[in-house]
Amino acid sequence: MSRYEEVAVEDRDGWRVLRLAGEVDVATAPRLRDRLVQLITEGPPRLVVDLSGLTFIDSMGLGALVSGLKRARALDGDLRLAGPTDHVAKVLSITRLDKAFLVGDTVEAALAGSPG
Amino acid sequence: MIPLGEVVELEIPPTMEYLDLARVVVSAAASVDPAFPPSRVSDLRLAVSELCANAIESHQRADNDEPLTIRCDLDDDRVTIEIEDHGGGFDPDALSPMPHATDPSRLERERGLGIPLVRTLADDVEFLVKDDGTTVRVVLFHPNGDGR
Repeated sequence: MSRYEEVAVEDRDGWRVLRLAGEVDVATAPRLRDRLVQLITEGPPRLVVDLSGLTFIDSMGLGALVSGLKRARALDGDLRLAGPTDHVAKVLSITRLDKAFLVGDTVEAALAGSPG
Repeated sequence: MIPLGEVVELEIPPTMEYLDLARVVVSAAASVDPAFPPSRVSDLRLAVSELCANAIESHQRADNDEPLTIRCDLDDDRVTIEIEDHGGGFDPDALSPMPHATDPSRLERERGLGIPLVRTLADDVEFLVKDDGTTVRVVLFHPNGDGR
């Protein structure tokens, strides 16, 4: 069974940073969606999702990220992405979600609000 | 080792828990050919996962627990995957188009990204609708294998 792992959650500069690893697909996307919404609702609505350890994400996994983004923006916050692998970056580009999210090469870049 | 020209066939029950098995088998089969690079294996893996997820959903809607069949055919210049379901048919043209990225309604679309993704990742996608289901045929050429 596919699974993703939540490697760490850190608080940095008024943001929360969630580091993921593994694979997110239709079977595991609902769990990710619930977790993102929980973090955004409970903490500051500012979340960086570190994708550098994520080896696979499907359209439902992307949908979970979009759910988190909508929730964060509804609370005047944001959800940013950091460190996508080449393939995840390609998928974000194909779906044009790289225009909807701020995507940083690193967590630091995402926190600073810059792509690189 | 799978010789070129051979067909690898896999049957999976129509539940999402088997998606990663489908991904693993198809990726392993496609990786046998060194001319098919890892980036294309990643494209293939995602396309197969999306299409199998759709097929599994169609089985669940039709309350049909027959297995899906996944065939992987390795040729000199391409990898062809066929996913055959018995979920009652699927009309890919019935999908509404994706709003542009800058359109605020874009973020209302948390679903429906799968087929557009597959169409972009694969070189050719064909939906063959039968009485009891759909067979989707996906082709990914080796780099330069189609003259591009």
